Amino acid sequence: MTTSNYATERETTEGRVFTVTGGDWDSVVSGTDPINDERIVVNMGPQHPSTHGVLRLILELEGETVREARSVIGYLHTGIEKNLEYRTWVQGSTFVTRMDYLSPLFNETAYSLAVEKLLGITDEVTERANTIRVLMMELNRISSHLVWLATTGMELGAISIMLYGFREREYILEIFELITGLRMNHAYVRPGGVAQDVPDDAIIKIRDFLKLLPKRLKEYEDLLSGQPIWTERTKNVAVLDATGCLALGVTGPVLRSAGLAWDLRKTMPYCGYETYEFGVPTHTDGDVWGRYQVRLAEIRESLKIVEQAVDRLAKPGPVMVADRKIAWPAQLAIGVDGMGNSLEHVAKIMGQSMESLIHHFKLVTEGFRVPPGQVYVGIESPRGELGVHAVSDGGTRPYRVHYREPSFVNLQALPAMAEGGLIADVIAGGASLDPVMGGCDR
Amino acid sequence: MTSPHDKPNDGGVPVPVTPAGATSGAPAEHPPSSPAGRGMFGNQGSGDVSGFGGLVRPRRPIAGAARPFGSYFDEVYDALEEAYPGFADAIEKVVVDRGELTLHIRPERIAEVCQVMRDDLALRFELCSSVSGVDYLGADERRLHVVYQLTSMTYRRRVRLEAAVPAENPHLPSVTSVYPTADWQEREAYDMFGIVFDGHPNLTRILMPDDWEGHPQRKDYPLGGVPVEYKGAEIPPPDKRRSYQ
Repeated sequence: MTTSNYATERETTEGRVFTVTGGDWDSVVSGTDPINDERIVVNMGPQHPSTHGVLRLILELEGETVREARSVIGYLHTGIEKNLEYRTWVQGSTFVTRMDYLSPLFNETAYSLAVEKLLGITDEVTERANTIRVLMMELNRISSHLVWLATTGMELGAISIMLYGFREREYILEIFELITGLRMNHAYVRPGGVAQDVPDDAIIKIRDFLKLLPKRLKEYEDLLSGQPIWTERTKNVAVLDATGCLALGVTGPVLRSAGLAWDLRKTMPYCGYETYEFGVPTHTDGDVWGRYQVRLAEIRESLKIVEQAVDRLAKPGPVMVADRKIAWPAQLAIGVDGMGNSLEHVAKIMGQSMESLIHHFKLVTEGFRVPPGQVYVGIESPRGELGVHAVSDGGTRPYRVHYREPSFVNLQALPAMAEGGLIADVIAGGASLDPVMGGCDR
Repeated sequence: MTSPHDKPNDGGVPVPVTPAGATSGAPAEHPPSSPAGRGMFGNQGSGDVSGFGGLVRPRRPIAGAARPFGSYFDEVYDALEEAYPGFADAIEKVVVDRGELTLHIRPERIAEVCQVMRDDLALRFELCSSVSGVDYLGADERRLHVVYQLTSMTYRRRVRLEAAVPAENPHLPSVTSVYPTADWQEREAYDMFGIVFDGHPNLTRILMPDDWEGHPQRKDYPLGGVPVEYKGAEIPPPDKRRSYQ
């Protein structure tokens, strides 16, 4: 504000006050800029329907414009990493599956791969076990992306897509229930293989799903892609280029939407992904629209992998390593009260073989020993690189397990996307990162 | 009634001892449930046959590897030696295990090494995948280790850097100026292990509440060693419950 003869100014507890005595009103108005000078701090969350979980955002606003954004996390911290240190290696599966509740099978697989690498049995994991892992992970990727589509649609005001997304995801959860016995928190992928084989009726259901989903995907695109509100809210919103992604450690669909085709399934393959035919969809805009396009295309690529995996399952084989010191002695079966040991196995250990009983007891209560050392395993989860840093000191329990959670790392990019934009675009930007707070806070 | 810190001697008279949590990072009023590396929930001399009770884990120092390291490890090692003048001073040990290369770095050099690892054209570790802490209580005098997983997208390689600091002086430079992604991950390591990253823009707790005492993932911090109040009654920590005693 330039000194003016027309208006005297004085400081009060309420701020600067001008006393206009006539003359050029315009120079006074342009000097104060009442819209932009007034910064307010808005707290958003942690309980807010649009923050994609118990995420708290502190936004400093100038009018509708976000000047500073800070995210506060930790509301869903459950100490899973610490708890793992007090349970056997196999029991760890039941803990890690609860981290990122939208992609439990990725958590389990990453953990199992790390334990197998520590044990040195990576090559002994059977082909069928790997195929089932790939099948389950890709179905899980589809269900996770569907939830992303559903919740993001809802947060941007498209309520129908929420209903549709959850409807198709429910179909996948039913497949999971058929195979693992549980809709979520499966503890299905275990160190050494998977808990049990895929039943035949699940294969039929998966094949039905493979026919159903492409039609439904078409419907989603018809519903959203040409929709002017959807494009207005997503195009050129929350842009983050590849350089920014790399600096902030952002991986997954967000990085691929910025044009870098970095997908660990292709670049550092695991579980036999190098033997499947699929593409890595990318986009060049680096905005919410690009991430939407990439995720929809990834669902289609995942369907291709699922189809190939189902074909390979026609060949029977073991689903656990042969080493009886690692594999639990029972082929699990689903009974009326849930999943448990098969009746034949119970009859054998209780009625015929004392040694089998002792062995079973030791393996289940004490667990197997893992040679000392540390490994890092990274896999491509629906949100990016899901890494497990596992340390063993030679005991029957993990010495330390750290999860490099893509939700946790990616969420750091929110200020970079939101600052300088409109407050409504904070929602779009945050949703496009697809953070799952259960994984983020662990 | 005796407090948990009083240990009965032969005469049965409690004598005060230094609270076990005083130097450990655990809240002083809640001493560690068990000495690290021993048993589960401090269970000793009981009828426990699970193997947890009497389990003592040996902690052997990790042996370094000799040349050639194999795979791409020699290339990375040589490229770093060429690009970084303080190489001989900074590298403490090289470990090759399970097909992974670990470079143990002197903690005060870690940011410089990361800078070279990122910028040198023969190294190009563009992405810092993960930063995490490990507490090697009882195995290493500098018990707190910070582990950096670096990924080179250009060469599709991974390398692990490891820096060890003592619990009494847990300081090392922050790598946030090289890898901004380390920001939250260093905050987590500070929160969980009490490792202080000098030069970090905002080193505060991230997962635990701001007023939390102690650093929960240190090995001498008890699992659930904090009593929980529920509807007016106090639920004892797990190690004080009957089923584990």
